Amino acid sequence: MQLSKNEIQHIAKLARLELTDVELEKYGAQLSAVLNYIDQLKEVEVQGVEPTAQVTGLENVLREDVVRGWDKAEIEEALNGAPEREGRFIKVKRVIE
Amino acid sequence: MELNTLTIKQAGQMLAKKEISSVDLTKACLARIKEVDGKIKACLTVCENEALTQAKTADARRSKGEQGELLGIPMLVKDVIMTKEVRTTAASRILDNYTAPYDATVVRRLKAAGAVLLGKTNTDEFAHGSSTENSAYWTSRNPWDLTRVPGGSSGGSAAGVAADMSIFALGTDTGGSTRYPAAFCGIVGLKQTYGRSSRFGLMAMTSSTDVPGIFGKTVADVALVLNKMAGVDKNDATTVNDLVPDYGKELSKSLKGLTIGLPAEYFIKGIHQGVIKAINQAMETFKNLGVKFKPVSLPLTKYALPVYYIICPAEISSNLARFDGIGYGFSEQNGVKNLYETYAKSRGKGFGLEAKRRIMLGTYALSAGYYDAYYLKAQKVRSKLRQEMYQALEEVDCLLTPTAPHPAFKIGQQVDDPLKMYLEDIFMVAPSLAGLPGLSVPCGFAVPDDGETPLPVGLQLIGKRLDETTILRVGHQYEQATEWHKQKAKI
Repeated sequence: MQLSKNEIQHIAKLARLELTDVELEKYGAQLSAVLNYIDQLKEVEVQGVEPTAQVTGLENVLREDVVRGWDKAEIEEALNGAPEREGRFIKVKRVIE
Repeated sequence: MELNTLTIKQAGQMLAKKEISSVDLTKACLARIKEVDGKIKACLTVCENEALTQAKTADARRSKGEQGELLGIPMLVKDVIMTKEVRTTAASRILDNYTAPYDATVVRRLKAAGAVLLGKTNTDEFAHGSSTENSAYWTSRNPWDLTRVPGGSSGGSAAGVAADMSIFALGTDTGGSTRYPAAFCGIVGLKQTYGRSSRFGLMAMTSSTDVPGIFGKTVADVALVLNKMAGVDKNDATTVNDLVPDYGKELSKSLKGLTIGLPAEYFIKGIHQGVIKAINQAMETFKNLGVKFKPVSLPLTKYALPVYYIICPAEISSNLARFDGIGYGFSEQNGVKNLYETYAKSRGKGFGLEAKRRIMLGTYALSAGYYDAYYLKAQKVRSKLRQEMYQALEEVDCLLTPTAPHPAFKIGQQVDDPLKMYLEDIFMVAPSLAGLPGLSVPCGFAVPDDGETPLPVGLQLIGKRLDETTILRVGHQYEQATEWHKQKAKI
């Protein structure tokens, strides 16, 4: 299978990645090669097989629904990572046009 | 004596007898980093001041009568594992200036046991790779031959221990990232059972197979570190509540009567002759130790890589969605007109080639119309693979395979062929997909086809779920009968 430039662009948009023309071209060929390799999975019969999403066998691991305090320094440290702040808030571009 | 060359056991005894202090030991490691890391490039960050402060604290705790196998022992930590007050970059430009607000659970536990953080080590960006060549900073060098890769993704940690910059180190292992570089660098590397230790504070790559990894100079050292790391964590709902045994307790038990399985599918054409020779020799050693070998068959093995390279990129595309240029990390501000552009430009510039490649592959595999054909199919084949491995392990105590099909390759040799690079993980990914523990132990040397310097070879022991005890015991007994783990690279 060969992915077209349009398909690659569509995937990049879904993934929120701005790619250069060089990258678009390179990924087109490389992703096609990897997908061709992966296609050998078609040989395996999986009728009636349950998919594995996790391997621990754990079910419904619950905890108390309580607020756990963070100390002030940790809160500051976490907020400090944001490029734009206003007090205790992180500033973002307008969401609704 | 050069203190930085000691094992945890040796250093611990000297610390207990007050022959040395943790400050002495830490200084020796820091001096070694200064001496050789210009060549090896294992460390992304060295936190000298923090290390010396922690060493002094450890010495103070000891002088008050406290004891502990890791009290005052220096360690290096892979830079995808979060450390409070010392930056964590994931070897990515997108996190170049990131400092985590808390320690990963495994780091917190080891610090509580008195381990001293020397610094953070190089890795492929977000652990995507097998050579450290995907690091946004630089490629680390193999201490045995500086023109070659140390393996990856935890290559900095492996090279750091092999070059005696540290007494032990932490890595992560998602599809081989601890076992594989351990083999290339001639040291011991443990991938634990999925769920045995907490992933809280490990930057998520493939959440369903990520586990913390341990690098040591001996198997006994690795067992000591595992003792302090393992166990349930309320911050990681996938950790299991099963009892944590004393992993050092059974190390000295004889191997007489033990049966090790040899999966035919792991002894295939294309494996380097030197690797085959080393593995055959190791099998002779095991026979002399009273081990019986039994052929087993794992016919689905050849599908492990294609399954992995669907599940891994799919989970990556989801996990790396959190890097959006808003909460933390690199954010493109120039010429950004709307929220979409904040996302797309920050991510486009911030991520390296391989991270973007995997995000693209995963997004495709999960996208409308392809989910059933790729992701769901892979998850079903994974069930069959897992079942097959569980069944094989019912008949034997553990499995033995080569860790890697060949010794370390040259830097730049296969960087332009991602598929070829993915094939490097061939012996690693099936136990990862099944959540089983794996241990790589040095078992000899092989001269590569394109060089003259003999390079380390590793053997892999794959254990039953939560049975690290057996593979550690088998590895330790092998180590006692051989000298491979004592060989040191001349840098």
